[in-house]
Amino acid sequence: MVAYVMAGYPDRAGSLAALEAVARGGAGVIELGVPYGDAVADGPVIVDAGKAALANGFGLAETIALAGEFLGAHADAPPVALMTYLNPMMRLGFPRVATLAAEAGVSGFIVPDLPPDSPMADRWLVESEPLGIDTVFLAAPTSPPARLDALSTRSRGFVYVVSSLGVTGERDELATGLAALVARVREHTTLPVAVGFGVGTPEQAAEVAKIANGVVVGSAIVRRQGDAAELEAFVRALVGAVEG
Amino acid sequence: MPDVLLPSADEAYSSPDAQGFFGPYGGTFVPETVMPVLAELEAAYRTAQADPAFAEELNLLLKDYVGRPSPLYRADRLAEATGLGAVYLKREDLNHTGAHKINNTLGQCLLAKRMGKHRVIAETGAGQHGVATATTAALMGMECAIFMGTEDIRRQSLNVYKMRLLGAEVVPVDEGSGTLADAVTAALRHWVERVEDTFYVIGSVVGPHPYPAMVRDFQAVIGTETIAQIAEKAIPRVDAVIACVGGGSNAAGMFYPFLHDVPTEKRPLLIGAEAAGLGLESGKHGAALTKGSPGVLHGFYSYLLQDDAGNPLEAYSISAGLDYPGVGPEHSFLKDEGLVRYDAVTDKEAVDAFALCTRTEGIIPAIESSHALALLPRLAAELGPDAVVIVNVSGRGDKDMDIVHEAGLGVD
Repeated sequence: MVAYVMAGYPDRAGSLAALEAVARGGAGVIELGVPYGDAVADGPVIVDAGKAALANGFGLAETIALAGEFLGAHADAPPVALMTYLNPMMRLGFPRVATLAAEAGVSGFIVPDLPPDSPMADRWLVESEPLGIDTVFLAAPTSPPARLDALSTRSRGFVYVVSSLGVTGERDELATGLAALVARVREHTTLPVAVGFGVGTPEQAAEVAKIANGVVVGSAIVRRQGDAAELEAFVRALVGAVEG
Repeated sequence: MPDVLLPSADEAYSSPDAQGFFGPYGGTFVPETVMPVLAELEAAYRTAQADPAFAEELNLLLKDYVGRPSPLYRADRLAEATGLGAVYLKREDLNHTGAHKINNTLGQCLLAKRMGKHRVIAETGAGQHGVATATTAALMGMECAIFMGTEDIRRQSLNVYKMRLLGAEVVPVDEGSGTLADAVTAALRHWVERVEDTFYVIGSVVGPHPYPAMVRDFQAVIGTETIAQIAEKAIPRVDAVIACVGGGSNAAGMFYPFLHDVPTEKRPLLIGAEAAGLGLESGKHGAALTKGSPGVLHGFYSYLLQDDAGNPLEAYSISAGLDYPGVGPEHSFLKDEGLVRYDAVTDKEAVDAFALCTRTEGIIPAIESSHALALLPRLAAELGPDAVVIVNVSGRGDKDMDIVHEAGLGVD
């Protein structure tokens, strides 16, 4: 069970409390979202939370510091991967991002607008891989075999399968053809496969868990970030459903 | 006039490299979902480019539907008023739909048809690209949705009405400042959802590869015609060619043939006019090349107005078409290489140029194009009273009546 938390939302303390709540709820991996002003892969819940966090002065550097504080205080915390768009990384500079993240104990990066075959990916991986930071690339329903090969080869930790066309956010139903998509991805990798985008309820999470190694829940968690007790109970329900 | 040919794919100058980079700028930075679609688009474009039937179909539309070639008009009263030897106006304002935008929408929609897509979407700022896309969709019997910021809808209500009349759905975008950048983001998000049946007609030389090169190629008809018209009119010397730059498509279309076909020693000074808004030091402008720094926005790497954390800043300009925090990647490359100069023009200078062109020539230019016209007096001071200057009048100003009225161009 991969839980997405938006850094700096509703404020710094609130997002730290949310990290602790999802950890207590039993999340296996935490995906910590970096607020960004042009979140082109995200739906309204994450976009709005990101804007609120931006207004709180949160960006990539603040998010890494938050992760460091959380991981430093909880020796048994689940691994934290940052979900960030490319430009904040470029602005801070790849070497500095990699160094700061490694010092904070961040395990990995998920960068939705960094294609695995881009020269920019080469430049990032050269900095991050020697420091033990994993980069997870995304597979989409539209990805042809050659791209699945490329993104699987470059992914470390797991491969993130985007369940359906469109942006992040809860949907009433899981995408049709999801099982076939996951099977297609597995032909190209031996890494664990996590599925995200459009998974928002314990029932959906249980369905996805039958075919994937991991289930990513984002918007449904971010909506509950203001209330740590409710969030913890929700994550516990998700984890229970996934572990069935 | 010879038929206008699409530039070939194998020229030496600045075809972006295989991954879509102009020097360090450009590239493809989008979610994985769209990556395969962009690859398909590039392949379809390369095939069309090599197919004489495509050029023939496009050229016929450009001639009989758009009314090309657009004239290169000698504006003597404007030259006299600005202290120059001669001023020529490339009259893209006379195109069907009133701007250069249609050159590109015809090309892209023809390509969409070839790819079997019958639904097109587009973003628009001033509404010119939206109107051109809606017009082309009507012509070709395609379904059409136009994304437009709510502030731009307010500023350009006439164009909104036109698009609806043409059968397009206008989707209001109420995010951020409600302007062009927000409309692009909304269109990109929508495209990610509907990539399978929808073609995204990007209106400028921006976005992920292959859009910057493809849009430039479709707009290159402007510069190609201009070069032929210089010869036709036996104009012995041209000192400078000016075009306004928001995303930069009319400028790219005008400059590219000069860069590609004219040897350096004979090439006029090429100048792009960016929006300085309320002033470069005011923080309220759209001058990405003059005041920005390289970064990624909307799928490409280029000069960008951004904060210290890498978030795009809100641009500002009196002109909705220049109100964009980024700029086409090729312009960033041309700036760094020193092949094109980029000057910034304030709202007030643009409004003054709008008035001057209207009253000396009886030509009402778009407020975007007025930014280019505003450089004429500066060039007179720089190049002297004999200088010969060509200005690309990228569009007509009918849409800007309310704006210039609000800006104080009252009529007594």
